[in-house]
Amino acid sequence: MEQFWQTLVKEFTRTFITDNRWMVFWSGFKNTILITVVAALIGIAIGVVVSVVHYLADSIVHKKKRKGLGEYFVILLDKLLTFYVSVMRGTPLAIQLTIMAFIVMAGFPNKVIVCCVAFGINSGAYVSEVIRGGINSVDIGQMEAGRSVGLSQIATMRLIILPQAIKNILPALCNEGIAVLKETSIVGLISVVDLTRASDLVRSRTLSPYFPLIVVAIVYYILVAGLSAAVSRLERRMAQSDRH
Amino acid sequence: MIDIKDLHKSFGKLHVLRGINETIEEGERVVLIGASGSGKSTLLRCLNLLEEPDKGSVIFEGIDLTAPETNLDKTRCRMGMVFQHFNLFPHKTILENITLAPVYHKLQTKEEARKKAMALLERIGLADKANTYPAMLSGGQKQRVAIVRALAMEPDVMLFDEPTSALDPEMVGEVLELIRQLAQTGMTMVIVTHEMGFAREVGTRILFMDEGEIKEQNAPQEFFSNPQHPRLKEFLSKVL
Repeated sequence: MEQFWQTLVKEFTRTFITDNRWMVFWSGFKNTILITVVAALIGIAIGVVVSVVHYLADSIVHKKKRKGLGEYFVILLDKLLTFYVSVMRGTPLAIQLTIMAFIVMAGFPNKVIVCCVAFGINSGAYVSEVIRGGINSVDIGQMEAGRSVGLSQIATMRLIILPQAIKNILPALCNEGIAVLKETSIVGLISVVDLTRASDLVRSRTLSPYFPLIVVAIVYYILVAGLSAAVSRLERRMAQSDRH
Repeated sequence: MIDIKDLHKSFGKLHVLRGINETIEEGERVVLIGASGSGKSTLLRCLNLLEEPDKGSVIFEGIDLTAPETNLDKTRCRMGMVFQHFNLFPHKTILENITLAPVYHKLQTKEEARKKAMALLERIGLADKANTYPAMLSGGQKQRVAIVRALAMEPDVMLFDEPTSALDPEMVGEVLELIRQLAQTGMTMVIVTHEMGFAREVGTRILFMDEGEIKEQNAPQEFFSNPQHPRLKEFLSKVL
């Protein structure tokens, strides 16, 4: 038993203290958080734009009045964005990331920004589906009721549809954030040092796998569990307003 | 008040309205009856352009609603609509459901709208529910609130799309009673319903729709006692 503890302390020291190796983990951790947050924000921005364009295009397609040039443009844009969504969902993120790093943004010096962009663009596709699903989950009668009392389509969207859709959107959005956090563990592919890559670097120096891997796994888990707890609290609070 | 001219509407291959021509005068209470799929709901929904007709026009108080330049949001303020499934806003209180549109359109100040809504709720005996949410109400109560929501805009005409079809039988009465009261005030109404007794009692004119056309129309007494069209005879023998 004595020996076990001694080994433990020795391993811990080797992994974190010697050569200030904790700093590698710390800067990796910061990159993981930075990439996740920025990518999530980019994703939300893209997702909102894509779903708004889709919504507009949908209502243009369904109306019979003659269409103007601008309206055809919206429909074309929607087709392009639909293609973008299917490509993002239909190819591995690791490939998207390396294409971004070595082709699209090749030569761009700051690889962390490359990661933010790649993950943001990927996440945008999923976020747009989340928002679209949230809006579609609201009964069509709500739009009709809003229009029947003379609210414009946009006013009905803002005052009637979105406040109801947000209940479905927000929890799903948080889940998307969790997914992005975990997916950032592949940025080592383009030599960005995140939490995962940091543990690899230290492991290759100490040649001892236990501490670097287990500790990093625990850190991810704590982050995800924290986010999940926040999501379920959110869901409970929103369900409450259903019961009144 | 409402002129319908050669109205056509298709859903895909289904030709639902096949050339409707009709005029509805102020003060009339027109009841549309017919089997499911006869086009009566579609016709009603074309009156405020919730459904966009493929051909023909709807002229309301001199304004062609089908013209591209018409501001439909404005004209819809003068046409109240009541839906089969109530369509109250679940995230708003009963009071907010009623005051939302008048305040949004600046027809009334917040305070005026609130007072008016409370008076209307008082009339239907639901004043104590003003600050609860639609989920707390029974179907009959929801539909009565939905009627009040439409009335709060002080419309010139009320459109009812099967207002009692989604209700439990014991709640039909309270909703019909409110519509009856409204009829006595001289409000112009267009009603789609399956309640034949109610149609006869409240309507000033009954239209029978079948296969996307108005096959027969008459004053209520004559309509029910002396139907002419074979399809109407068949329909009435089934529902009466």
